[in-house]
Amino acid sequence: MKLFITCFGPAREITGQRQLELDVPGVTTAGALRSYLLNTWPDFRSLDVVRVAVNQAYAEDDLTINEGDELAIIPPVSGG
Amino acid sequence: MMKAKDIQIKEIPLDPEWCRTFVSDVSCGGQVTFTGTVRNHTGDRKVERLEYEAYVPMAMKVLEQIIDRAGERYPIIRCAVHHRLGSLELGTSAVVVAVAAAHRKEAFEACMFIIDELKKDAPIWKKEISPQGDEWVSSRP
Repeated sequence: MKLFITCFGPAREITGQRQLELDVPGVTTAGALRSYLLNTWPDFRSLDVVRVAVNQAYAEDDLTINEGDELAIIPPVSGG
Repeated sequence: MMKAKDIQIKEIPLDPEWCRTFVSDVSCGGQVTFTGTVRNHTGDRKVERLEYEAYVPMAMKVLEQIIDRAGERYPIIRCAVHHRLGSLELGTSAVVVAVAAAHRKEAFEACMFIIDELKKDAPIWKKEISPQGDEWVSSRP
């Protein structure tokens, strides 16, 4: 399953890319994707929180992700 | 209950007066407009400017949900939330929240609720550009 993930703010600097392309067996939920990101780029652990958005909404860890979903890494936000 | 809401996320300068006019309504005796501007420091750090970016389509949805939640809690009639993106000089308006309600108390409270929730949940990021080193800001609840 090929996943495309957009990285914003500090997540873009940690991964070095705006858009990630992943094909990792076992990454079938938002929580698994989050764990994969934290393990692959340990710098994510320096952030207070790393959330995953699926189709433009914050995802609970048990949410299933499917090929074609719009995925994004949401590091701590700081609007306003 | 809510008659109108307007949400904008944009690279061009914000216009707080436009927002104030948008929310004015003869049924509303209280209009509150909050404007957040670029400050020249954070604690002991000097700040020269701020750089904003957003996940725009999701941020539009999140802001709409926040306004709807505010409308469930407070009897607000009209609301505008505008957020700026890009590189902002000191003193520039970064965010405007305008709320109108029949009475001042609910207008103040709804305005506070919306800006607080925006800071917690809207997928928008700012980086402080500082002589002491650039830094992404973490939300401070």
